[in-house]
Amino acid sequence: MADYTSPELLTINAARLLRDGDTVFVGVGLPNLACNLARRTHAPNLLMIYEAGVIGAQPARLPLSIGDPTLVSGALAVCSMYDIFAFYLQRGNVDVGFMGGAQIDRFGNVNATVIGDYAHPKVRLPGSGGSMEIAAWANRCYLLTPHSKRRFPSRLDFRTSAGFLGGRAERQAANLRGGGMLAVVTDLGIMEPDETGELVLTALHPGATVDQARENTGWELKVATDLRATLPPSPEELRILREDLDPHGIYLKGSA
Amino acid sequence: MSKLIPLAEAVRQFVRDGDLVYAAGFTHLIPFAAGHEIIRQRKRDLTLARATPDLIYDQMVAGGCARKVIFSYMGNPGVGSLRIVRAEIEAGRLDWEEYSHFGMISRLQAGATGLPFMPMNPTAAGDLERVNPNFRTVKDPYSGGEVVVVPALKPDVAIVHVQRADAEGNAHVWGIIGEQKEAAFAAERVILTAEEIVDENIIRSDPNRTLIPGFIVDAVCQVPYCAHPSYTQGYYDRYNVFYLKWDEISSNRDVTMSYLDEWVYGVSDRDEYWAKLGQEVRARLKISSRPSVTVDYGNY
Repeated sequence: MADYTSPELLTINAARLLRDGDTVFVGVGLPNLACNLARRTHAPNLLMIYEAGVIGAQPARLPLSIGDPTLVSGALAVCSMYDIFAFYLQRGNVDVGFMGGAQIDRFGNVNATVIGDYAHPKVRLPGSGGSMEIAAWANRCYLLTPHSKRRFPSRLDFRTSAGFLGGRAERQAANLRGGGMLAVVTDLGIMEPDETGELVLTALHPGATVDQARENTGWELKVATDLRATLPPSPEELRILREDLDPHGIYLKGSA
Repeated sequence: MSKLIPLAEAVRQFVRDGDLVYAAGFTHLIPFAAGHEIIRQRKRDLTLARATPDLIYDQMVAGGCARKVIFSYMGNPGVGSLRIVRAEIEAGRLDWEEYSHFGMISRLQAGATGLPFMPMNPTAAGDLERVNPNFRTVKDPYSGGEVVVVPALKPDVAIVHVQRADAEGNAHVWGIIGEQKEAAFAAERVILTAEEIVDENIIRSDPNRTLIPGFIVDAVCQVPYCAHPSYTQGYYDRYNVFYLKWDEISSNRDVTMSYLDEWVYGVSDRDEYWAKLGQEVRARLKISSRPSVTVDYGNY
């Protein structure tokens, strides 16, 4: 048994993908925790932007919604929703966008809209929110999710936002400004796009196996020739998460 | 000229059956009191537009007020599913029209600025544009490339909650400003609710903070705690406990109806609702002060 939970593992590995000085379009939950963890470790100059129109947030408490008032108090700037999407995201001022979704396909396209037929949905999901534009225009997109066949089907029921579409060439032809889905962090490892844009397994977390990853992926998962092993969460990373960022375990509790 | 009237009177005069309503506020300043008044007055066949329908539209749909929803993110923010809107859509009982956030806000931006449509750069995802014919593609006449366009959204009535306004409706807003200004300018009629009604001199002391000018406002209503269980920056906190509780309430139709009976039909207005909440809840929503440094406009 690992001495950390699956959400902790996802958050810590997401934090490590962030670079000092990045401007991040961030959602609540694990991405918010990952950004704050990165800010307290290797990326003190991370700039956090929230789709509610907050720039340079320094939340003093754990935000419980995308528009939590703690994001505003002490922020660098607040603007309208139109401005955040137009001046910041569409203009090309966002380095990293975090995506969420119920289904992700092999080219990193995401479904956050419906399971089943759109007009007669079996399960009606929340919908795009900001993700359609984040996926298209942020320079790097990341997604955190548990690893399961349900999450990684061979075919999406609906394509809410663009990864590499039918492959890297198709995204290039679409002339989108952002770089697309560059990493999917799961509780088993990390998937990154190869030269065709297909997500392949590039890293395994401690204790996870290639077979597990394959069994829990809905397409025939390829494995990178230079498959890496991620470093286990460090005591310091875990301490910051547990003591400072989510002391009540609202987002981070889960099974070890 | 003062436009101050009670909220019940404003809803009676300015919200009509069949209207397209935009109750604004992105997580912040959501005018729950106005939503409850619309339910109490049993308005019908409304089209409810909001980027995030939030609990306010879940409750209005449960109250039988809506024919259709227009949205870009239909969830219980920070909690999960918006159960009633979702169930009504899944059951085929509620029409819906769906955008991305930027598409939705661009529609308002067009409506607010008197343009027929608004262009956006393509996102290539495709499926939302396929299922919603309001997304169109036009040729950029300058580069020859393509842009996606969405038509102006022009609500019959916008409801906007603010921290403070004068009796004419000149309104100061701070904190998350979402789509408040766009909704007000896009709409045919505007109901403004305010935590406080202040003298015009206070508005004039800080004109940069005026988000909405009084001349586009039809009714001004003093409604303290209007936004609860959402929040008003600097006045009271978001009541996350209720957002979690709604997840349970809304999972059962009978429980939902008894909630509406007790907290909407069972009270006459927001003052009674606020009193009924009780001392303990009210105390929990109090926040400590963190004022800005005032600016000096200079005496010219």
